[in-house]
Amino acid sequence: MSEAQTIGRRRPARELASLESNRRVRARYAADRRLQAYGIIAIGLAIGLLGILLASLIATGYPAFTQTKVNLEIYVDPAKVDPKDPAQGNFRAIVRDALVSNFPEATTDKQKTDLTKILTSDASYIVRDYVVRHPETVGQRVTLPIAVSDPFDQLYKGVIPKEVDALSWSQVEWFERLQNRGVVVAEGGRTNLKLDVYIDPARIESGPPPTGDFAAVARDSLQAYLPDVHDTLLFTMLADNAPDAIKQRLEADPSLIGKTVSIALPVSEPFEVLAKGGTPKVPNPRFTAAQIAAFDALAARGLVHATFNWELFFNADSRFPERAGLAGAIMGTFYMLIVCFALSFPIGIAAAVYLEEFAPKNRLTDLIEVNINNLAAVPSVVFGLLGLAVFLGFFGLPRSTPLVGGMVLSLVTLPTIIIATRAALKAVPPSIREAALGVGASKHQVMLHHVLPLAMPGILTGTIIGMAHALGETAPLLLIGMNAFIPSVESMGVLEPATTLPTQIFSWADSPERGFVSRTSAAILVLLGFLVVMNMVAIVLRHRFERKW
Amino acid sequence: METNVEARPVIKVQAPAPVRDEMAQAAEQHEIKMTARDVNVYYGDKQALFDVSLDILDRSVTALIGPSGCGKSTFLRCLDRMNDVIEGCRVTGSITLDGQDVYAPQVDPVQLRARVGMVFQKPNPFPKSIFENVAYGPRIHGLIKTKADAEEVVVNSLTKAGLFEEVKDRLQESGTGLSGGQQQRLCIARAISVNPEVILMDEPCSALDPIATARIESLMDELKENYCIVIVTHSMQQAARVSQRTAFFHLGKLVEGDETAKIFTNPTDIRTQDYVTGRFG
Repeated sequence: MSEAQTIGRRRPARELASLESNRRVRARYAADRRLQAYGIIAIGLAIGLLGILLASLIATGYPAFTQTKVNLEIYVDPAKVDPKDPAQGNFRAIVRDALVSNFPEATTDKQKTDLTKILTSDASYIVRDYVVRHPETVGQRVTLPIAVSDPFDQLYKGVIPKEVDALSWSQVEWFERLQNRGVVVAEGGRTNLKLDVYIDPARIESGPPPTGDFAAVARDSLQAYLPDVHDTLLFTMLADNAPDAIKQRLEADPSLIGKTVSIALPVSEPFEVLAKGGTPKVPNPRFTAAQIAAFDALAARGLVHATFNWELFFNADSRFPERAGLAGAIMGTFYMLIVCFALSFPIGIAAAVYLEEFAPKNRLTDLIEVNINNLAAVPSVVFGLLGLAVFLGFFGLPRSTPLVGGMVLSLVTLPTIIIATRAALKAVPPSIREAALGVGASKHQVMLHHVLPLAMPGILTGTIIGMAHALGETAPLLLIGMNAFIPSVESMGVLEPATTLPTQIFSWADSPERGFVSRTSAAILVLLGFLVVMNMVAIVLRHRFERKW
Repeated sequence: METNVEARPVIKVQAPAPVRDEMAQAAEQHEIKMTARDVNVYYGDKQALFDVSLDILDRSVTALIGPSGCGKSTFLRCLDRMNDVIEGCRVTGSITLDGQDVYAPQVDPVQLRARVGMVFQKPNPFPKSIFENVAYGPRIHGLIKTKADAEEVVVNSLTKAGLFEEVKDRLQESGTGLSGGQQQRLCIARAISVNPEVILMDEPCSALDPIATARIESLMDELKENYCIVIVTHSMQQAARVSQRTAFFHLGKLVEGDETAKIFTNPTDIRTQDYVTGRFG
């Protein structure tokens, strides 16, 4: 282009790649990358935390998905069971005989009782239920898988060990302190503590033969080496024959009374092992040696096996973890969510439609709007108290029932549903309303034929979020007593006492038995599974609606 | 569909006197379909229309032109009471359809809109099938009882809207899958499916390309043989092409309303002249 064609003074051409502009561009790209990196870090953190949660739940919970059982051959003794009325038999004795017959060495009642503790305390009911279903088995031998009791279940799964450490870490530490002072000496295959022992005249009579509390003298001398330890566990370090070493020394030389003398005192068995570099073990105090031996014998004969724990899903609650299941909680949750949905879905949509489409804009509707938003932020335990005071106290509805639980939870979910529905209604383009009005649709026709169907995916999403919220609610249910102990699902109903998954988790987490630890995690996994299923149903419903419209 | 027109009670009243003498000649050829007298529209405290008086003739196209915000769309929406749904909107004065006051308390806006159809600026078919889009209006007004009725109405309306040949094989597909021009013709088919007497079009071609615009314009030409059409447009060429009468709005006032040829060649008001010659607007 020639100069002649330009009008006015020509502006100096700007460098597209000057040093300064290059620097600015680099800084901008760096800022872009930083922003991206923050996002990736945030997502990574969230996924990582979720992964840790799931991993720990699965790690704790997976043992609960199997149950250790013993295939027990049982002789249904006609002497103990009346074939005409099998439900009334002495099944406790039958189970006991069946188990003990495997172990002829058990003769006393105590030994037999100890052995039956291998099996669940519900074993007699398992056999009874089987015999009631199969009355022809009376007088015959049947082999039934009987769940073992919780300690043996945990033992078989390796959750609790057969042997435990004999020494606490503080005992080990005391011993190491003595070793560092050179007090611990090995002599002739035995480990001794070479202690300066003060032969207290107040404790020892000179004799002959010398008498008195030699054990106290031994304890005093050991205590003198570790004056800061105030724990009688310290004295377990001394062997039972340690006082004898002092006694023998005094018998040899009675003049030592009142003097301090160096005596080698033998250490007890666990410390002997420790001094030789081993880790001292003792049998797990939960079990007797006979029980362990019997259980090992059953396992060696191939009678013990771990099967998938269907009882976790089909049994109701039980005091014994090996028999406890979630069926009652699942049923209760199901009934409660049905009540909750039946109340909150229509009420929520009706309220949202009125507020969004029909309500005049005035102070009253403004107040209602603000309060609905506030309700969404109210802690659910407050709704529980409200339910307790109003539904139970004032209206006198039955306690612990899914009806009241669903009513309380619909209070929790209503604000969510109303807010989500209003947002979904707002998101429907006004051109659709105009189009419908333009062809002469009335207000309710616009609403029912066009706006609501278009808003339905959003409404469903909000409802599912609300129901998922309700599914996980615990506090309000505890207040209205929906943590009932439900040992059977047969009598359950909307108006019967019930428990729910979260309250079941709460109860189990509160139980001391070891088996409930894994069952709690397993129940949480089941609850999460239900949430995932609900969300998937929501997605499927959304897609279906979206295809249609 | 003809039977429906006759079944509807038409109250015959004497047409009000035309606003201006020039209109009298036109009124001799065409019956006056709608009249507006001293129409004022307020949105809350703000007044959008000032004393608008206009006659709209049957079986012709009336174009409303004017710069943005001059009130032409507001006036159009007064004709089928679409302003009713806008919060804080107030209309005074009188608007009649065949001599009946459309703002009379006993008039139901839903019934009115069955007689005064509307086509919007942006094509807005329902997110339903093409068939459902057209059949919806007649169904809610009880004009169709059977599936055969519905098919007849749908085919008739789509044919009149010049769309049937293009979509006859895919009536069950979604109306939103059509092209912009097809969607707008579908909206016109939807509007005429309830057998209205007046069709209001609010800038029906502003979202369309020139070819689709030309189709809609020729469609308007055909439709004006049977319907009274009022169209709001920003394009003066379009107004000149399709309309027989033109009304020029400015700042909420009706400046001039007359035959299109007169407005574009020999306007009375200087503002009209300035606008149509492109001095402002």
